[in-house]
Amino acid sequence: MTSSASESLRAGEPGARFAEIVYSSKTLAQFLTLLFSRPSAELVDLGPVVGANVAFISERIGCKIHVEDLYADLDRHASEGTLDRFAEFLERRLALPDGSADAVLCWDIFDYLSPAAASVLAGELKRVLRPGGSLLAFFSGGGPDDGCYTKYVIENDWRLRLRSYAAACHRERVLHNREITTLFAGLELFGSVLLKSGVREVLFCKPATA
Amino acid sequence: MHEEPASIGKSIVINGELSGSEDLTIEGRVDGKIELRNHVLTIGANGRITAQVAAKAIVVLGHVKGNLSATEKVDIRESGSVEGDIVAPRVAIADGSHFRGSIDMQRTEPPVPRDGTAAASERDARAALTGDLIRV
Repeated sequence: MTSSASESLRAGEPGARFAEIVYSSKTLAQFLTLLFSRPSAELVDLGPVVGANVAFISERIGCKIHVEDLYADLDRHASEGTLDRFAEFLERRLALPDGSADAVLCWDIFDYLSPAAASVLAGELKRVLRPGGSLLAFFSGGGPDDGCYTKYVIENDWRLRLRSYAAACHRERVLHNREITTLFAGLELFGSVLLKSGVREVLFCKPATA
Repeated sequence: MHEEPASIGKSIVINGELSGSEDLTIEGRVDGKIELRNHVLTIGANGRITAQVAAKAIVVLGHVKGNLSATEKVDIRESGSVEGDIVAPRVAIADGSHFRGSIDMQRTEPPVPRDGTAAASERDARAALTGDLIRV
């Protein structure tokens, strides 16, 4: 991450540490440029709903946002002891038609998925993406796992505020560059940025001829 | 004389269609359909709605299961919970609220032709990939 302008502790469960970090993203600006160029765009957000993001996007374009909070689904499966069936669940989770989404915000969901679940989700995202559509995902570099998810709040085209919140799941593994490109085979790698923190931001586009 | 705003109390349960021409606050339970085309509907903290809702503006502090359509604004407050699709030109969602569904904020101006603009923006986006980060 290029900067960590602020970090604060919030009251929470005993021992739980909820940090808030601000950082600059290169790929976010590109992703938004692509999104905003598509009138009546449909965006799929795999994270929890963030009011500030809805406001930010709605001020720029009249688009449709599908909130598909997979982190909440993960937590529900963890609490029910059915994480082993999460890949199967993902096969029918996204009730969106083929080629209906102009953009997908994955955030860092793939860090928390088993290889089988990651493969199913990537396939589903490729299915719902419209030709010319874009997909943004972040992958951890293997830093400490403090049992938190991150809520990504868009502050402007380049800056994200990261808010941690309690999670029932831990990061599964570090995905390397080759694994990421294999996972999204069929999409064009538009941009891949490795931050000094080890986090990799990856922006894919679905070829217009696909 | 000042008129009291209309409200449906905590213990009231309505099954069916609800419509009106004044602002309304619901603290009870409504299953069915709600239409207040030119007025503000407030679903209070105790309100439990399973319905298709259409109003000028909708404020949610309680629980809603169903689609919301507003000509002006949908406002989900911190204690609010919505499971359904929202169609409104403006949508405000407070931190701590629960939402599951889609949010459709229609454009009022005519859409720009997709092809030329998208191609130009793709070029701009590609050109923007420079900077002090490590690019792989």
